Amino acid sequence: MGSGVAVNLENVWIKFGDFVAVRDANVSINGGDFFSFLGPSGCGKTTILRAVSGFLSPSQGRVLIGGKDMAGIGPNRRPTALIFQNLALFPLMKVWENITFSMEVKGASAAERRKRADELLDMIALGGQGDKLPSELSGGQKQRVAIARALCASPDVLLLDEPLSALDLKLRQHMRTELRAIQQRVGITFIYITHDQGEALTMSDNVAVMKAGVIDQIGTGRDVYDLPSTAFVASFVGENNMFRGKILRIDGDSAQVDVAGIGPLVGRISPAASAQLDAGDEAMIFIRPEALAPGEGEAGRTLNATVVNEEFEGNAFTVYLDAGGNAEIRMSLANTGQHRIAERGSRMALHFPAGKAVVVPVGELASE
Amino acid sequence: MKRKIIFADFFRTNGVLMGSILIALVGFWLVFLVILPQISMLDYSFRFNLPPAQQGGPRDVYTLSNYQHLLYGSDATHQTYNTIDLMVFLRTIVAAILVTIFDMILCYPLAYFLGQSRGSGFVRLLVVLLIIPYWINEILRAFALRIIFGDAGMINEVLMFLHLTREPIDFIRQDVALYAGLGYAYILLMLFPMYNVIESLDRNQIEAARDMGASWPRIHRRIVIPHAKPGIASGCTMVFMLSAGALAAPQILGGPSSLWFTQLVYQWFNNSLNWQQGAAYAIVLLVSTIIIVLTFMRIFKVSMGDIGK
Ligand SMILES: Nc1ncnc2c1ncn2[C@@H]1O[C@H](COP(=O)(O)OP(=O)(O)OP(=O)(O)O)[C@@H](O)[C@H]1O
Ligand SMILES: [Mg+2]
Repeated sequence: MGSGVAVNLENVWIKFGDFVAVRDANVSINGGDFFSFLGPSGCGKTTILRAVSGFLSPSQGRVLIGGKDMAGIGPNRRPTALIFQNLALFPLMKVWENITFSMEVKGASAAERRKRADELLDMIALGGQGDKLPSELSGGQKQRVAIARALCASPDVLLLDEPLSALDLKLRQHMRTELRAIQQRVGITFIYITHDQGEALTMSDNVAVMKAGVIDQIGTGRDVYDLPSTAFVASFVGENNMFRGKILRIDGDSAQVDVAGIGPLVGRISPAASAQLDAGDEAMIFIRPEALAPGEGEAGRTLNATVVNEEFEGNAFTVYLDAGGNAEIRMSLANTGQHRIAERGSRMALHFPAGKAVVVPVGELASE
Repeated sequence: MKRKIIFADFFRTNGVLMGSILIALVGFWLVFLVILPQISMLDYSFRFNLPPAQQGGPRDVYTLSNYQHLLYGSDATHQTYNTIDLMVFLRTIVAAILVTIFDMILCYPLAYFLGQSRGSGFVRLLVVLLIIPYWINEILRAFALRIIFGDAGMINEVLMFLHLTREPIDFIRQDVALYAGLGYAYILLMLFPMYNVIESLDRNQIEAARDMGASWPRIHRRIVIPHAKPGIASGCTMVFMLSAGALAAPQILGGPSSLWFTQLVYQWFNNSLNWQQGAAYAIVLLVSTIIIVLTFMRIFKVSMGDIGK
């Protein structure tokens, strides 16, 4: 890694009339990274990608590719290749012509193009299928042709706009692995867009989580999952239990939050938010369902709740509990062959390990 | 085998009663409005023009003389060709092709603009504005053009005002008015099929090509035009057929010395009362235009099914 071409967004604003689609985005993507933009529908992901590929220019700020300001450089002259949300294969051209369209543009001979197409077809495991039309391929095959077409141009940066969203679950999982492998093989920078947090976490070196035009957090998948910086990130990425209360005490990087109906809970303050939180402030504390386990724990890491329901999900049980407050609690337990955890209606104590609760300022939650 | 299944489906979806009525109506249309008139014209074209008393008599036999007249005129020895009528025929065909090409070149950018700026209210308004003139009768439109192109018409007024010409230009005699009128008469039949296909083109395909470095001419040549080909073909077919068969525009806008082939047909029917001769001329025009359309479709690799889209 580190050999590819870096992409930087500096104070990028994108407006459509009065509507601000992207607000002051600052992102630096290392060369050779697999970088994802993750966010709900309509948050401005495609808009950012279009600014990188050159189909629209930022209202303010700069887009740099390989350190070079891209202002005034059209999409046909940028070292990027874009894979569209709907792939946009050319339906009237054969697969091999599709793949080598970028060479045709540069005036390569048919023999040259055919040769390169065959190499790329072998790489995507579609050898010998170059003479088909795109309509004669399956969804996953079309997907791979789109990737080959984009790679054929030898771009420095590959931009992918939710390319897997049209595929079914099995194929999607398979293509994730394949995409990641291709990225590692060719070693170029991938910028990937998705609203599927599983996809972003499994594939990316770094993830930017977006909400309504604003980038809330940039970090590795683990950072974003374990130490979300805002309430939105905590609730959007993965499942989470949220408790709201007043901060009683701050002690280094941990805070004691008094949650009505439950009592004080101790959590780690998200590093990005530490400057914004003081004793006496309202705050939110998030605990992952899988961090919870039955049984008493230390003070500040225990809560009591009534069992409402239990669901069996094959590899895990989800237990729904009521802690008397407004929040419903979910606890996820790995299926290790145990019997029912608890009777419906019974009281039980739950605890969580140190560092597994995260305290962030009060903020908007992801609506789902 | 296959046809039987199609019919079965047809009855299943429409019901037996409704299905029979629909088939009967389509059959009526085909037989009474398409086949019978053409067959009677065909029959006429192979007969002599006889006074009513002799019709059905011993002299009423089939003949090729009406067709021979187009080739050789009244010269019974077939030594000289009927150059006047043949030139009119040739001129009609060439002019109709030119009008078609002109309309195609004019409509393509317009259709592209309309089709790719989809959904905006402004575009819808533009389309309506294009249609409104066609609510006016074709003959009135032709006369309006005649006035505009006339010696004291708007165009000459403007040209003279700008001192681009001292004398009024005789647009009628130069056939400029005729070509403009023909081009204008059927231009929407070119625009709408093109607009429809271009509107259905996924914008992302254009952007994908652009992203891969393609220039605009290449994008049109490789992406837009191949996609729009069926629409272009059906537009061209209609404009060509209708221009070649137009009567009103040539009557009103044509110069005194230049006849359109349909005017010859009209003269045979109406002035000379020789329906047999007129029918032969009409059949020649019909068959030639069909052959020309099929030839162009072959050259540009368009299939009949594409046209119907
Ligand atoms: N050309 C445009 N004119 C006006 N508004 C636009 C335009 N393009 C996008 N927007 C708006 O900008 C916002 C962000 O759009 P964008 O397409 O970037 O969303 P997205 O995050 O890619 O969503 P999705 O996951 O659904 O693809 C949306 O509210 C959208 O309505
Ligand atoms: Mg999008």
